[in-house]
Amino acid sequence: MNAQANLTEVPLISPQHVNSPVITADGLTIRFGTFTAVDHVSFEVGKGELFGFLGPNGSGKTTIIKTLCGLLAPTEGTGTILGMDIRKQAAEIKRHVGYMSQKFGLYEDLTVSENLGFYAGVYGIKGEAAMRRRKEIMALTGLEPYLNRRVGALSGGWKQRLALGCAIIHSPEVVFLDEPTAGIDPVARRSLWDLFFQLSGQGVTFFVTTHYMDEAERCGRVGYIYMSKLVALGSIPELQRLPAANPEGTSRVQIETENASKILGPLREMEGVREATIFGRSIHALIETDKLDAIQRRFPEAKIEKIVPSLEDVFVTLTYGIMKASQ
Amino acid sequence: MKALFYGLWPVCRKEFTHISRDPMTLFFALAIPLLQMFLLGYAVDTNIRQIPTVVLDESRTQESRQFLDKMAASDVFRITRVVDSNDELYGEMRAAKARVGIKIPYDYARRLQNNTTATVLVLVDGSDSSLAGQAVNTSTGVAMQLSLSQLLGSETLPIEVRPSVLYNPATRSANFFVPGLIAVLLQMMVILMIALSLVRERERGTLEQLTMTPVAPLGLMVGKMIPYGVLAFGELCVILTIMRVVFLVPIHGNVFLLLAMALPFLLTVMGVGLLISTRAHTQAEAFQLAMGTVLPSVFLSGYIFLLETMPPFFRGVSRLIPTTYFIRILRGIILRGAGFMDLWINALVLTVMGCLAIVLAAWQFVKQNRV
Repeated sequence: MNAQANLTEVPLISPQHVNSPVITADGLTIRFGTFTAVDHVSFEVGKGELFGFLGPNGSGKTTIIKTLCGLLAPTEGTGTILGMDIRKQAAEIKRHVGYMSQKFGLYEDLTVSENLGFYAGVYGIKGEAAMRRRKEIMALTGLEPYLNRRVGALSGGWKQRLALGCAIIHSPEVVFLDEPTAGIDPVARRSLWDLFFQLSGQGVTFFVTTHYMDEAERCGRVGYIYMSKLVALGSIPELQRLPAANPEGTSRVQIETENASKILGPLREMEGVREATIFGRSIHALIETDKLDAIQRRFPEAKIEKIVPSLEDVFVTLTYGIMKASQ
Repeated sequence: MKALFYGLWPVCRKEFTHISRDPMTLFFALAIPLLQMFLLGYAVDTNIRQIPTVVLDESRTQESRQFLDKMAASDVFRITRVVDSNDELYGEMRAAKARVGIKIPYDYARRLQNNTTATVLVLVDGSDSSLAGQAVNTSTGVAMQLSLSQLLGSETLPIEVRPSVLYNPATRSANFFVPGLIAVLLQMMVILMIALSLVRERERGTLEQLTMTPVAPLGLMVGKMIPYGVLAFGELCVILTIMRVVFLVPIHGNVFLLLAMALPFLLTVMGVGLLISTRAHTQAEAFQLAMGTVLPSVFLSGYIFLLETMPPFFRGVSRLIPTTYFIRILRGIILRGAGFMDLWINALVLTVMGCLAIVLAAWQFVKQNRV
């Protein structure tokens, strides 16, 4: 039995319908020869939403973006952006969609101003409209003092801001961000996210892929893609309550003790311990509820308390569940 | 139509900015062809002269000296050493100190006087075929001339050939090679610049960004072709000037016709550059592929070897090489003063090839960027 066939045995969340969807995907499937890169993925994203797409590298995140932007025709299924069919209206979609990748897509030997000018030209924005839009981007990103600086001389954070500025130069209603903050420092990352929130507040819809949990946690709703399938979808609290993430008869606990790393080994050996991992100075574990007493007896000095699973806990448990089902 | 070339002008303007930001690359792109032109223009000379020659004269007579003088006077042979034995004669040849060995046997003068055939042994190093051919022809010619004057005495020759070399009367090699060199150098420069410019965008991820914008593949490609086309055209003008002023190759035809007919060639080589860019993932790969186009265009385009004497298969191959047609145009206009009516078919073939290459490259580009 192959792994893919078995994925369906894992309980999934149905594609949540939203009011006035801006992005829709219905049974989206993309195959390259015999390899299925995206397998029957369905979801909807509403206007002004910050939608996160989480998954390991190679799980099909970028392929989905390319398909939604009309670069790749899906093998099966349908999709729309702003009501436009991704199969038939690719050229039209590109004018209304912004895209920013971790590679920036900036010309390092050109100045900030020249990069903005180039992308404005590419989207056919000219004259006064271009000047007005440029001013708006300056106000938003704070790039004004760097206008005549070559991009190669900017720090990662400023490059990212410029990349965002270039991606939204044509005032797109939808922006795809493909791992937008890979490799930049936390401060720059946070300020970039502030920009996303600001724009999302103005009604711009964001579709963000990432493999950072903390980044996913900032999103209104998160989809988790694993082995080409969308295996979970919902808001953070919804995901935390997911049955698959909280198997029946188990408890998610935090174990606080003097030396967490010392007891991690013995703890993992014990019957009824499904997962255990270090979290700072304590241990997060998924333990069969009737074994909790035995564990407390074994480690009498440890303080055990029930907790709500973190997003990471949810996805790890989901992934284990899928791996187990496919064995 | 407009949608097909969407984004052409922004791309074109951006490309000019790139070029202006990197003066070193620009300098090398323009200076290296000029350097190569000087090197090759002076070094390549197919007229064979001054072949180092070793002599073994056993006869040591007035007649044998007369023969050797005639040989040396031809300018084809240069007697570098006179030896005393067969071993030394062959030794010099083996060591490649001499390419030709002349042995005049001891009975040379006697046989000549007795009206029996006197023989002269001419050893020729066959490792260079054109040198060997020239050596054999010249030595046979010298012998023939001496024989005739021996037979006729003071009488006039019954038949005389008066050769008249058209178009390149001095048979200077530069006149033949420099026009061809222009094609080869331009090709190398243009293919490399275009291919690198696109592959650089792929390497840096800006190409991925561009595929997400409304820029049309042809808009991107033609937008990149214009700046490099302008550069190459400027380079062509400089090279032609150097050819005229430094190498003293006269242009017999119309320079403006030449410049106009260079445009389809530039179109074609830019198309080849674009095709290479769709195949190469890194700049190093693009460089290698671009260099790979140099050999066929040097050896199978008529630049060095005459197409008319090639086996039919390679003559067929040469028809697929754009340089072949441009060399015909260059030599036609520069050397023979040919006009539009003599050459239009070459320009037409180049135009068709160029458009095909560009469309094919655009199609490949669309196909690849889906994945």
